[in-house]
Amino acid sequence: MSDVSGGQKPAAGAGSSRSARSAASPVRVALGLIGRYLGKHQSLAIVLGLAITAAILPLIVLLPPLNGFGTQKDFVAGFADAGVFVLLAIGLNVVVGFAGLLDLGYAAFFAIGAYTYAYGASPFTGLDIPFWPMLLVGAIVAAMFGVLLGAPTLRLRGDYLAIVTLGFGEIVPVVFLNADTYTRGTNGIGGLSQPSAYGLLGLQGFGFTNPWPYFVTVVLIIAVAFIFLYRLQDSRIGRAWVAIREDELAAASMGINTITTKLLAFSIGASTSGLAGVFFAAKLSIVSPDQFGFTVSFTALAMVVLGGMGNIWGVAVGAFVIYEIQSQGLKQLGAFVQSLHVPAFALGPLNVDLGSVNFINYQYLLYGLALVLMMLLRPEGLFPSRRRRSELHETPEEAAESNEELVQA
Amino acid sequence: MTATIARPRLAGVSWRPLLGAVVVLAVAYLVILAGILYNADPSQHLTLGGALPQAQAQFINAITIGAIYALIALGYTMVYGIIELINFAHGEIFMCGSFVSWWLLTTLGFSGAINDPLLLLGVLILAFAVSMLVMGIVGVVIERLAYRRLRNAPRLAPLITAIGVSFILQNIVFVVVSNSIVTTPQIIPNTVLTFGPLSISLINLFVILLALGLMVALQLFVGRTRLGRAMRSTAIDRDAAQLMGVDINTTIALTFFIGSALAGAAGVVQGLYFGITVFNIGFQAGLKAFTAAVLGGIGNTTGAALGGFAIGFLEVISVVWGQGRWAEAVVFGTLVLVLVFRPTGILGQQLADRA
Repeated sequence: MSDVSGGQKPAAGAGSSRSARSAASPVRVALGLIGRYLGKHQSLAIVLGLAITAAILPLIVLLPPLNGFGTQKDFVAGFADAGVFVLLAIGLNVVVGFAGLLDLGYAAFFAIGAYTYAYGASPFTGLDIPFWPMLLVGAIVAAMFGVLLGAPTLRLRGDYLAIVTLGFGEIVPVVFLNADTYTRGTNGIGGLSQPSAYGLLGLQGFGFTNPWPYFVTVVLIIAVAFIFLYRLQDSRIGRAWVAIREDELAAASMGINTITTKLLAFSIGASTSGLAGVFFAAKLSIVSPDQFGFTVSFTALAMVVLGGMGNIWGVAVGAFVIYEIQSQGLKQLGAFVQSLHVPAFALGPLNVDLGSVNFINYQYLLYGLALVLMMLLRPEGLFPSRRRRSELHETPEEAAESNEELVQA
Repeated sequence: MTATIARPRLAGVSWRPLLGAVVVLAVAYLVILAGILYNADPSQHLTLGGALPQAQAQFINAITIGAIYALIALGYTMVYGIIELINFAHGEIFMCGSFVSWWLLTTLGFSGAINDPLLLLGVLILAFAVSMLVMGIVGVVIERLAYRRLRNAPRLAPLITAIGVSFILQNIVFVVVSNSIVTTPQIIPNTVLTFGPLSISLINLFVILLALGLMVALQLFVGRTRLGRAMRSTAIDRDAAQLMGVDINTTIALTFFIGSALAGAAGVVQGLYFGITVFNIGFQAGLKAFTAAVLGGIGNTTGAALGGFAIGFLEVISVVWGQGRWAEAVVFGTLVLVLVFRPTGILGQQLADRA
């Protein structure tokens, strides 16, 4: 929206500055032009950004010290799993970051997406619907459950939504566990069909041993979700979300239907989670209730908060980094501490033996600490969106300042 | 503060809901009885006369479990009443309380029932005093460190902090104390007291009387004392209360202290009654207690107590009808139904903010 006015006015100024910097190297000029072009074409920027990231990541792990921690294949498989959490985080970001609603049962929609794929493509039901259409089906089913849950609760204030989603996230795995006639209970549903590339690049079924097709697939899904969410953020709906987040009463009096708008955010978040669930189920080829506990919702929330609520790129980077820390970093830290051979000592009634400490056990303690510290010290996250930062740090004086800035701009 | 719509407040005692409760209790008893008859093994030829003692035991069990939920729910509702925060960490306070009493009793060397009445009384008083004091202080510290700075922040911030605190508490116990179920000493002897046709275990009687005593004490404190009046006025309008000379920070800290101490007492009861505790009981107990608080009308202490007993009955009814594994789903379904049809709770005195 700012492109129209922003693109024409500086044109005169840009001309004069270009002549002033006539000595600038053609490379810099070219980079500047590319930057301006990408600034106007967000979708292209997203595709390029993700393509470059996806190309670099598998190469970085070949360098020391990372190559000592595992083979490239292991890392790529890990990246594909991290992609699931990136999807979860950018979806939750719509609910928490854009619309300012706290969804604590996000894993429920993840579970629903995964079980949708399990029903659509497994020997358990005898169906074998291909993976690609099932992505869409999973997203739609999850969105439907989002509407079912959100419709009664979104008319209440946000706190109730938090507790109801918390309950929902707790109940959905319980239902999958207890309704064993339909879900095979604790065993879960196994033998899910593999996605197929239909001969593209000589590849049929994705198989179990080769992580590369999954990695590429998840990057593709993330790219589509990114573009979709970016365009939504800049749309009328996206602005309505921001308005509701900042002042619901004011938004309602400006003619925004707050309930349907919030419901839309909630169901779009749910559908992204469903999408992630379908991919997750297809990659693992088994779904069981214990994969979708509260810790998944909590991890996704930590990713959104740390990455920077409202900033899609920030949240995605936050999700990737946290996932890698929890899957690789803590393990390596444990190995490192073990190599130090600190002797065990007694601390009151407790026996402390650092060598036997399993640092992976500490991950949720660390997430909890991180959430509290972030909220107290830097509520806008590590990579804040500009608007969110001004909101969260707003004192009356600062508010006046930011209004002045807006007037000047 | 911005314009607020009637804030939930801490309400005083009223006799009308108690009359309703008697009717509800009678119905609950009949539902339990019907459930026992329905679910009985046909080969045992259970008669109505044979089912009555079972129904009575389950009825008392429901009240006992309900008392635990009620004690936790009181903390939720008080904190929500005064600063409008769902304190997600509250369930973990309950869990920590159970671990404090486990630690105390095992350190003192107890492992089973204590038969000397005086010693038993002394140990019980000690266990409750220590656990309530420790958890009360923990609650105040949490408020001071994590919530106070966010009092005027956007609503999302303290909620996320509360979730973070809950994970911190749970995982401290998980990594430092125990990652599996621990057995706590059940120091109250397994004696059954008989009053004519009624019989009740000592532990049940103790828990029910204790919970009722704490609730009455709380009502008297909130309703009759100067500090209680400060709490009520802060809940109604924080700024006006401050203008009238109420120390807001102390009052809110006091609310956290009392709420957390009650959860600490519930934690001791958990250990005494069930004989076990584990690092993750706080999450579910907290969810159920919160449901109880909403059921009773959040911000209303009488309502929270009634809601707690209601949840206890719902859970026991699910079990006697053979649907124990769905108990959580039943409780959660209740929460959603209450929010949809009567967001102000059973007592319905307060107006929930529908904004």
